[in-house]
Amino acid sequence: MTNNPNVLVKISNAGIQKSGKWLVKDVNLEIHRGKIVTIIGPNGSGKSTTAKIVLGLHKKIEGNVQTFTKKISYVPQKVSIDWTLPIRVLDFMVLTEDLEPQEINDALNLTGVDHLISRNLRDLSGGEFQRVLLARAIAKKPELLVLDEPVQGVDFAGEVALYGLIKKISETLNCGILLISHDLHVVMSATDYVVCLNGHVCCSGTPVDVARDKHYKELFGEKSSQLLSIYEHDHDHVHTADGDIVKENV
Amino acid sequence: MFDDFLFRALIAGIGIALVTGPLGCFVVWRRLSFFGDTLAHSALLGVLLSVAFDLNISLTIFTVSSLIALLLLRLQKTTNLPSDALLGLLSHSSLAVGLVILGFLSFIRFDIMGVLFGDILSVNVNDLLAIWIGGAIILLVLWFIWKPLFASTVNYELAEAEGMNPERVNAIFTILLAALIAISIKMVGLLLITGMLIIPTTMARNLSNNPKQMVILSIIGGLLSVFIGLYTSFEINTSSGPTIVVVALILFILSLIGIKKRNYG
Repeated sequence: MTNNPNVLVKISNAGIQKSGKWLVKDVNLEIHRGKIVTIIGPNGSGKSTTAKIVLGLHKKIEGNVQTFTKKISYVPQKVSIDWTLPIRVLDFMVLTEDLEPQEINDALNLTGVDHLISRNLRDLSGGEFQRVLLARAIAKKPELLVLDEPVQGVDFAGEVALYGLIKKISETLNCGILLISHDLHVVMSATDYVVCLNGHVCCSGTPVDVARDKHYKELFGEKSSQLLSIYEHDHDHVHTADGDIVKENV
Repeated sequence: MFDDFLFRALIAGIGIALVTGPLGCFVVWRRLSFFGDTLAHSALLGVLLSVAFDLNISLTIFTVSSLIALLLLRLQKTTNLPSDALLGLLSHSSLAVGLVILGFLSFIRFDIMGVLFGDILSVNVNDLLAIWIGGAIILLVLWFIWKPLFASTVNYELAEAEGMNPERVNAIFTILLAALIAISIKMVGLLLITGMLIIPTTMARNLSNNPKQMVILSIIGGLLSVFIGLYTSFEINTSSGPTIVVVALILFILSLIGIKKRNYG
């Protein structure tokens, strides 16, 4: 698979330790052009950490990360703008790359916030800000798009529309997308590959494969927010308190 | 004309204000005020070394301050001490080491007040050259690193993920600050240079709604402080450095009236 020109990122047996504790370990993952890979998992399961490993933001990692593109856009989980920094949506759009006014407008239009172009970032609501973050990321026409919970704080109708947009972007730009999400319902319908993470890869595959999992069906059938707290897999192992994995005899 | 000390002081002050404006914005945005102080304190060590060994004063300050800055960046990576503690450590140790060395230099006539608060009378044509050439280089480098520096100021990880090198531009920016301190110590003094960086910039923040506007307004604020401050210090016979900073403070207070009139959400 390594010679496949469609592979944008390949990570093998990747992991990272902090103060002797594994944040995430043994992650194997490939991101292909035109495909969406979604990472799901409970809080603290290492979703954002995995995204940062993909982006090369963690230096001291175990395993191997190969990246075959430089055109990358990133929507971090949290961006906070200091009061001392006056910055409008317009200034933010060209943060890492200069763009034509038309490109800026088109991207803001796609996420439905073109009317906010001269507003200050600090004056936006949470949902509006997320839409601006997404617009900035797609305006660059990246080959790899990493989205860490891109629709948090967006109203429900907007959420569905934005996931639709993300799907459309992966097709029109033929870019690979790594998506981190809590919204299982929508994710499962708009994803090519799902990775369930809980300190390591618990299960992964096409949405259909993952959804066939007996536990996953339970998970998928009810409200995701409730189920995430009792998130569970067909485990052949148990987690100890410090995140180590102990094999069980099945 | 360059014989006139007031004129020389004005030319020097304009040069410094042009540089403190943009650098000051990044100092405020990145919350580096205390860092500026640390570099300025380490400048005393530079001044004394240059006097003791008869070295070029600006170059010596630049070297010492740059070394302290890079040492700080290194310590931030290798120790778990919080940044403010590290800054305090470096700031006061370099100040103390400088003062101890001063004790050994009793055979040299040395104007400590001039170093602390700036001495307008001592600005000569060489200093003007250092300020304008040094200042031009600082602004040129800042121009080149503007985009990655600004992006990593807004969000470090985002900038790094999208192919910029925040660590490198941070180090370069730090060295630019050291260079600014080196060229402006004689004029403003090491206790007040952070004031020149911060006060016109905070005034500009009160009046602006985008980054470029804030940079331009802080340059204007700095220039006004220099013009009015120098004129006043000449008229009422006060120290020039402190007077310039006091004018900057008055401009800041006036800008607070502006902020009340603006509709902030």
